[in-house]
Amino acid sequence: MVKKIGVLALQGDFQEHAAVLRRLGVEAVEVRLPEHLEGLDGIILPGGESTTIGKLAHEYGLLDALRGKADSLPMWGTCGGLVFMAREVGHEQPLLGIMDMLVERNAFGRQVDSFEEDLEIAGIEGGPFHGVFIRAPEVKSVGPNVRVLCRLADGRIVAAQQGRLLVTSFHPELTRDDRLHRYFLGLAASQGGRSVAATPSGAKISPHLPLRNRG
Amino acid sequence: METGTETVKKGHAQMLKGGVIMDVVTPEHARIAEDAGACAVMALERVPADIRAQGGVARMSDPDLILAIMDAVTIPVMAKCRIGHFVEAQILEAIGVDYIDESEVLTPADEEHHIDKQAFTVPFVCGCRNLGEALRRIGEGAAMIRTKGEAGTGDVVEAVRHARAVMGEIRRLSTMRPDEQMAYAKEIGAPYHLVQETAALGRMPVVNFAAGGVATPADAAMMMQLGMDGVFVGSGIFKSGNPAKRADAIVKAVTHYTDAKILAEVSKNLGEPMVGIGVTELPQNARLAGRGW
Repeated sequence: MVKKIGVLALQGDFQEHAAVLRRLGVEAVEVRLPEHLEGLDGIILPGGESTTIGKLAHEYGLLDALRGKADSLPMWGTCGGLVFMAREVGHEQPLLGIMDMLVERNAFGRQVDSFEEDLEIAGIEGGPFHGVFIRAPEVKSVGPNVRVLCRLADGRIVAAQQGRLLVTSFHPELTRDDRLHRYFLGLAASQGGRSVAATPSGAKISPHLPLRNRG
Repeated sequence: METGTETVKKGHAQMLKGGVIMDVVTPEHARIAEDAGACAVMALERVPADIRAQGGVARMSDPDLILAIMDAVTIPVMAKCRIGHFVEAQILEAIGVDYIDESEVLTPADEEHHIDKQAFTVPFVCGCRNLGEALRRIGEGAAMIRTKGEAGTGDVVEAVRHARAVMGEIRRLSTMRPDEQMAYAKEIGAPYHLVQETAALGRMPVVNFAAGGVATPADAAMMMQLGMDGVFVGSGIFKSGNPAKRADAIVKAVTHYTDAKILAEVSKNLGEPMVGIGVTELPQNARLAGRGW
């Protein structure tokens, strides 16, 4: 039973995520320091500026703390949170590097190109999901253990899952549709144990893999 | 695929929450701001303290400078146009800035009308001194609000006055019966539907930052504790003795705004703050906050 979900509260729209969680009857905890991770059943990494979030996470010990929990703690990154979880983004900035995917930041252009679009998402029943994309990132490619959940009509990847790690380049927390939040709570409740257990090849993405672009 | 919707305009400001937006006048400043953790920068030719010192007509910055700053960083870049100067706004939209600040820091181009901001794809932020002024700007299409404070002074007193005014008025409105809201809308000169929306939400209907005189980590954290969603820092960073260190400290202070131990830590050894001007020393006609209607 999922009781307590953290929301990384370093910068960005963490209050919006927390409000959806509370509407769903879940306790939402703002996480700013490593000790705030205790007793969580999952954590959401919200939208915001990934350079800001990465820097603050690095300086207050949350990069290592979150990497250390990537196998046991379900995580969901939206937009900037997706960027933060990526293995590589082609830009020098602190990243968790826990999700085996290459990401391009601001892939759709600047703010004037931000858009809304209806999406079909694998595992989300009940009709299209309204996607709000704000200076959104794109998942350019994924490793063998990552399942693509959603592509735009032109084939670009905007949602994916690796075990109990979930990423979306759009913002469900800015809509009234809570289906993806419920999907994440379902993931957090599942007996996944280790996040890579659900993946077919069993290849493990080490949270401590030495990668470029790490801060 | 729909662009320029109210949701993506207001939503972009929601992504800036809990962050610090810094005034920068060169690409090098912009990189220092980004490295310090700024969630956006405001590209300008002169920071407000210099505009104040040099006088004359202050206008939109050279698009070439703004473009150079956009090239230098990956974070959003904002730029200012004069109040009511819709063609400066068209130019800023055309070069692709991420947000336009219709700002009282520049010399107003229209002493009666603000820009029809709904006509634009790019979102706007506007200053306010109270709830009525904020809701008028939102009625015109502003997707983000900030206090005016008194820019270029390093004196936080006006930002505090404006934040307390706005938050106090929202608290008062939240306790009103529905049949009292129309008279209140009339009293503060605000669109009725936005008064109703504010009452229902119990907060400003768009993201609301502090601005105008923030110069220290303590100033920034105080504005957050007063209920602001984030902080603009103008002259306070690059007019100080050690901009990189002060910028870094203010970013941390906004994230950890209720943690006094962290606030104490980041306040240490920041070097000289900007010299500043006490607002009470300023004659009325030198105050920028009175611009805007």
